[in-house]
Amino acid sequence: MTGRIFAVALLAGLAAGLAVSVLQHFTTTPIILHAETFEGKPAASLGGHAQLDLTARGLTGGRLYLAHGAADHGSNAEAQTWSPEDGLERTLFTSLTNVLTAIGFALVLTAVMFMRGRPVDGRQGVIWGMAGFAVVSLAPALGLPPEVPGAMAAELTGRQEWWVLCAVLTAGGLGLMFLSAQRWMPWAGAAMLALPHVLGAPQADAMGGAVPPELAAHFVAASLVTAAAFWAFLGFATGTLAKRFKLT
Amino acid sequence: MTVHTENTQQAVHATVAERAAPAVLALMFGAFLVFGTGFAHPQTIHNAAHDTRHAFSFPCH
Repeated sequence: MTGRIFAVALLAGLAAGLAVSVLQHFTTTPIILHAETFEGKPAASLGGHAQLDLTARGLTGGRLYLAHGAADHGSNAEAQTWSPEDGLERTLFTSLTNVLTAIGFALVLTAVMFMRGRPVDGRQGVIWGMAGFAVVSLAPALGLPPEVPGAMAAELTGRQEWWVLCAVLTAGGLGLMFLSAQRWMPWAGAAMLALPHVLGAPQADAMGGAVPPELAAHFVAASLVTAAAFWAFLGFATGTLAKRFKLT
Repeated sequence: MTVHTENTQQAVHATVAERAAPAVLALMFGAFLVFGTGFAHPQTIHNAAHDTRHAFSFPCH
């Protein structure tokens, strides 16, 4: 049975990872590349009239660094680490990590469908996929809106911990709301959904990143819509294959 | 034909405990993969996965 679970997840993840790589080419990637042209420059809101004081604006300790590309690496040669060359190499590595991420999500999705033990098909799978979208994209986006490169944000580890907490509580909350027979469970589930947002995600000390707000706003929409399409397709593929492989 | 039916029923009626082991294994491995692409700190992994992290709105940088 383990083999069939992994087979379903590998195939569904491969298909969805490749599909989202094509989709990103038209949605998020152009905005990321555009945003990188502003990275490390004075904020657009300063309009070139104000002197950029990195210390005053909280930009210390490498909080805002560009981890790739040629323009940002200057003379500090020893700080350079490998990163894919812009162009084909970067696209290939992004596609590879998309596929690995998709397989990871597909394994979790398949495991949950299998534990539930009810028959699934492609349509049922789309509903499971939408739950996955709510858990890892929609709910965390309320506390930590999708960031373009160059956005100002709080310390990384704190944000990652809050992200995991939010995803786990949202998954648990949706589970209580929709998969439980007890009448009081939906209320407990709603409380779990709200809890990470009541606690609050770590926020940056200051605002005013270099990327124009119009571009940052467009990226939030582009990344959420892309994620929704990805999860719908991943759910459909997982449900279809779970039925084909007689998983439930 | 009878044998096939029995096998199918066995699969359907696998207990929660019997389903748990492969499900937990898949769940752990899936979480490990997502951690690697979305959260791992080593600079090389970050650079390779950079655009994926932004596009999937994982916290990055």
